Formats: sequence, structure tokens, C-alpha cells
Amino acid sequence: MSVQTTARTTSLEHAARDRRRHNPITWVQRGGLTTLIFLLPLLLIFGVFSWTPIVEAVVMSFQKTNLVTAPVFVGWDNFVAVFEDPVFWIAVRNTGYFAGLALLFGYPIPLVAAVLMSEVRRMKGLYSVLAYLPVVIPPVVSVLLWKIFYDASPTGVFNTILGWFGIPPQPWIQDAATAMPSLVLEATWAGAGGTIIIYLAALTSVAPDLYDAAEVDGASIWGKIWHVTLPQLRGILFITLILQIIATAQVFLQPFLFTGGGPVDSTMTILLLIYQYAFTQSLGGAYGQATALSLMLAVFLAILSVVYFRLTARWSDN
Amino acid sequence: MKSPGRIAALTVAALLGVGILSGCSSNSGGGDGKVNLVVAPVLPGATADALKALHERVQQFEKKYPNIKVKAIEYQWTGTTFAAELAGGTLPDVFNVPFTDSKTLANNGQLADITKYFDQTSTAKKWNKNVLDVATGNDGKIYGIPWGPYAMALSYNRDIFTKAGLDPDKPPTTLDEIEQDAKTISQKVPGVAGYMQMTKDNTGGWELATLTQSLGGRLEKVGSDGKVTVTANNAQTKQALNWLKKLRWTDDSMGSNFLFDWSGINQAFASGQIAMYMSGSDVIGSLMQANGFDPKKYGVTTFPLSSDPNAGILSGGNVDVVDVKDSPAQIAAAVKWIDFYRTQPTVDKTAAIDNAKTLAKGDQAVNAPTLPVFDRATWERNQEWIKPYDNIPVENLKPFNDNIFNQKISPEPPAHTQDLYGALDSVVQAVLTDQHADVDTLLKGVNTKVQALIDADSK
Repeated sequence: MSVQTTARTTSLEHAARDRRRHNPITWVQRGGLTTLIFLLPLLLIFGVFSWTPIVEAVVMSFQKTNLVTAPVFVGWDNFVAVFEDPVFWIAVRNTGYFAGLALLFGYPIPLVAAVLMSEVRRMKGLYSVLAYLPVVIPPVVSVLLWKIFYDASPTGVFNTILGWFGIPPQPWIQDAATAMPSLVLEATWAGAGGTIIIYLAALTSVAPDLYDAAEVDGASIWGKIWHVTLPQLRGILFITLILQIIATAQVFLQPFLFTGGGPVDSTMTILLLIYQYAFTQSLGGAYGQATALSLMLAVFLAILSVVYFRLTARWSDN
Repeated sequence: MKSPGRIAALTVAALLGVGILSGCSSNSGGGDGKVNLVVAPVLPGATADALKALHERVQQFEKKYPNIKVKAIEYQWTGTTFAAELAGGTLPDVFNVPFTDSKTLANNGQLADITKYFDQTSTAKKWNKNVLDVATGNDGKIYGIPWGPYAMALSYNRDIFTKAGLDPDKPPTTLDEIEQDAKTISQKVPGVAGYMQMTKDNTGGWELATLTQSLGGRLEKVGSDGKVTVTANNAQTKQALNWLKKLRWTDDSMGSNFLFDWSGINQAFASGQIAMYMSGSDVIGSLMQANGFDPKKYGVTTFPLSSDPNAGILSGGNVDVVDVKDSPAQIAAAVKWIDFYRTQPTVDKTAAIDNAKTLAKGDQAVNAPTLPVFDRATWERNQEWIKPYDNIPVENLKPFNDNIFNQKISPEPPAHTQDLYGALDSVVQAVLTDQHADVDTLLKGVNTKVQALIDADSK
């Protein structure tokens, strides 16, 4: 009996509390309105500048439009056109190649640099500044600068340097075989600084006791890195890896400014192809194909991220 | 702690800010009864002299039409930014587009119909239908006013010719001679490309089309039923590519950089890295305006044609057009400006002399070689009027001016021209960067790609 009464009283209390919670006056008294007003500019700006364009892009991917005359719905035609374009498959392959090369060079280099820099006792600040400097240079400026360095004549900056060591001049961005690695080299140089700073910050959080313990156990410097540093950085390493994959899948600046996708489409990437669909083909007649490909890329990256986090979550738990 | 009232006020202020930002691109008429007009006749990076000359022309115009207020800006029309600028409302009211694109844009509904105001200009009836055709839509209405038609030509640096022991007054007259001179220059003047042409952003295809047509070939054939067939793998295009291949791989006379767009190659030529290049005959205007190039060093000659009866020189030009979103008053004012700035100096003596004087004072090209916009007699009369103000040595232009009227003019490929040019870019790049490029397969690929676009139009 008493148990039942208590149970009923509790449920009544709950109902009353719910009513109070959903009462507009209590909602205002508890600061709900203030929250909403604070939120409103954010919602509005995101709505106008982010969400509306996203929704419009999805709609546009099923339309044929030149932004002036009335758009016409064309079903899946834009997606079919993208798949039937031979350059699309070249762009997919090139983007994969860029991502692969960038991962090969761009992923380990900042880590090695950060570990070495954290071991240095003197002038740590100077090294950090030097490593971060390329990030401070506006990306367009650094690409245009590297374009001069990549001058393929024997008097070009890099070719002159190679000449000192008896290496013949290289074509750099003027040859289909060397263009993409040249782009990756610049991208790695430009992007490494940011990642180094993240690793350096993460390294400071590794408890010094662990190194002391490892030293007592007779670990070498490589032993310390392998058994202490890397496992401690695991979380950060997983995050920077997925961030890098997402960033490289969207590479645009380097192929756009260095080569315009050439020579012979050897540096044509997915984002550059989207740009070409939207802005260079038929004077803006292919917005539908551009948005269709953008949508495909976004969905692919979303799926990739989910799969990646599922996998790494399991590894992290272990 | 902030009161809800203050928060609300801040929110309203933020909302107003967004509203103001989104409304700032409007450029309709002013409140004082004047019509505001933004015109864009100079390229970005124009020299101070060029801007001064333009400013003076604007003042002359405003004096003539006191109720029109003109703002002149530096601007270069590009297909890549056009549609977005149009949609975003940030286009100038008057801008110029190449012959290649004017008809497409007119038929897309992306340009203002100026027929009514065009008909009121003094020269309306004087126009050659063939020239005006580039600015006429399929509906028969007028969408722009053509100016400065040019033929493709061979520009060369006279100083480099002299350095290489060649006579700058005797430029090459056949493809073989271009090849020989380019070889000589590359051997005798290290670090200079003897000959180069454009390869990037559709210009590679444009110049390959010029070479093809100069040899008598056509990249597109129009059937009697109007159906267009892409014929990129024709014998003359292959011959043209083989010629480039010889210069690049046998003679090594094309330097070491092979990715050039229009402004890139102009810059390389102006800085003395290239001795000869294929260009529009009027390019000296831009070389002086944007690169500060000394016209004394400049030489130009006709691009050689083969003996094939179909051989012709590719021509081009500009069309001044008006923003489709402009009000009728703005369109009327825009046509007045185009007529004043572009057309009158070709037909009216006072206007021609005023224009030439202003250009000469600002160190801008007065006598850049162009083709007649109306007829040869009008053109020759105009040349006489401006003769006292010529600032490019006339003898430097002689090889071109003496021969151009012997060349047959040949228009650009008619269908999906830019797409065709874009697809051919890769073929030119392949020949210049890969010694073993499979030209036949590449050209067949171009056929398939562009034919699909053309066929899709008729569905």
C-alpha cells in the first residue's frame, strides 16, 4: 500500500515538474528567452550563409540552370553526366594520388619534426617560429613564390640548386609525371607548421614520469618514442590523420594556381573539376553537375569519417 | 548582467547589419536625377598613364552628357567569374566579351537587349551584317556593339631578333621560317624561347584552331542540315601538332615552361623570355597598358597561311555589352558610352583625333593594328586622321599592315567553341610535355567529348 502511494506521489510530482518546465513563463524566468535571443544571430547567420546554400546546392544538383533563366528539373541527369565524364575518373585517381603522396610525406614529417624539436633544450622558440613561418605566408603568395622556384629552365631556383650537386634540371610542374609530386612538396611545406604546433602542444602533456620510468628500465631514445611518446599521442594522431585525409580530398589551391589541372589533366583534382563544371564549361551552364559532384564528395567524406571513427574508437579502447 | 532589452537591441543591430551587407551591390540610378554607369574599359593592373587617359575620356563624355555619371573601373571579363558576378549583381554596367562568347551569352539570356538604343546611334545602318552577327542573338535582336576586330598574328621582339643576328624587318613568312628563326634564336640567345604559344585556360585550343585553319583544316564541320560535326582529328590539326612537336623536341626552341594563359604569355613576352608568339594583332595595346612594354621593341607580322584553298586566318574581336539587370535608363546611357568610347573614334574625325591625342598623352597604343569594323575605306580614312599621333613605329607594323588584306579571314569554330578549345588544351599540353604523346587518340577523345555536348543541345 505505502509503496503504491509513494509511487503515485512520485509520478504526480514528475507531471507537475514537467508542466512547470514546459510553462512559457517559467521558461522565460529560467532564461530561455535570453538563450534564444543570444542564439538568434548565430542561427540567422548560419542559416543565411551556410544552411540555405547547402539546401540550395542539393536542389540545384537535380536542376539545369545558368542562374538567370528559370531552372529546369532534370532528375539524376547531372549525376549521370558526372559519371560518364572521362575526366571525372582521372580526377578521382589524381585526388587519391595527391592524398596518398601527402600522407606519405606530409603525415610523418611534422611528427618527426615535433618529436625532435621537443628533445631540443635550447632555442626551442626559434625552431617553432621557423616551422610555423610558412603557415603565416598567405597560401596564394607561397604558391606563386614556389611557381618561380619551380621554373623548369636550368636557371630556375631549384634547378640551380640541383645543378650544384650535378643533378640535371627537372621539369617540375611542366611534366605530367613530376607535376603532382611537386604540388605535394609545396603543400607539405605550407601545411606542416600547423600540425607541428599541435604535436608540440600534445607532447607537453605527456607526463615526464613516464620517460623517467622508461629510462630507469633502460629504454633508448627510440624506445622512449615508440613505447611512451607515440602511444600517448595516439588520440591526436588519429584526429590529425582524418583531418588530413579530408583536407587532401578537397585540394584545390595548388592545382588551380600551379598548373590549372595540366599538363594533360595530370593534376586535375575533384575540387578543380567542380570549379571547371561551375565556372569554365559553357559559361556557367553546368552548375548542376558541379553541385552534384560536390554532393557526392560530401557524402563520401561523411561516410569515410564515420567508418574511420568507428574503427579508431575500437583501437583507442584497446 | 545585460538586460533582455539591451540584448534585443544588439540582435536588431546585427540583423540590420546583415541586411545592409546584402543590399550593397545595387547600382541603379542616383537620387539627383542622374544615371549612374559603371564602365570597365581597362584591364586590372593598368599603368597610371592608362588610367589618366581613361579619366580624361570619362570627363569628355560627362561634359557631352551631363546627366550621366560614369565610374570607370579596372576589369577583365572572364568566363569563370561572369555567371557568379551576374547572379551576385556585381557586374559593371558595360564590359567587353570576346567574339567567341558573345553569341552564346546573348542566347543564354545573360546580356541586355540593346536593340532600341542601338538603332538610335548614328552608325546603326552602317554596320556590316557579318560583323554585327557576333552581337546578334538567334532572336535577331542586338546584344552588344563590336569593336577592335583583329586577326591572329605573329608578335616578335625586334631586339631579340637583332641579338640573334636576324633582320627584324624581315620576319618569317612561312611555318618553316618560323621554325628556323626560332631555332636560331634559342641557340644564339640562351634562356629565350624562340617561339611559344598559349596552352592553358582554353587558349591552347584557340591557338591550335588558328594553326589548323591557317593550314586549311576545320575543327568543326557544319552540314547542310545545320548539324555540327567535330572533326578534331583532321590532317591539318595533326600537321600543326607535328610542327609544334618538331619545335619542342627536335629543335628545343620553345623554352622550358609550357603552361601559359593569355596574360601569362604576354608577361613572358614583355619581359623578354619569349622571342616570337602567336597573338591577336592588337595585343600591343595590352602589352603597353598592362605590361608597360616599349613599342620600339615590338614587331608584328601576319601569321603564315598555307597554299590550301581553304586556308584562312582566324579572326576575333570584342563586343561591348550591357548588364542584363540594368534599368532602361542605364541601358540607354550604356549604349551612349559605347558609341562615344568605341564607335565614334572610328568614324568621326573629331572623335578620332580627340581619342588619339588622349591615348598618346597617356602613352597608350594609338595605332595598334586592327581590322576594319565597317569597311576598308572607313578604316583607311581613320588611319589617316590618327597618323600624326601614332606612337608605335609604323615600320614595326609594316609586315602586318602590308599583308593582312591579302589574307582570307576565317571565323572561329561555331559550336561549343570554348568547350572545344578547353578539350584541345590538353592535346597541346601533351605534345609539349610528352615526347611520345599519342596525338591520334587524344584528338579522337576531343571529338567524342565535344560532340556529346553538341548532341545534348539538340535533344
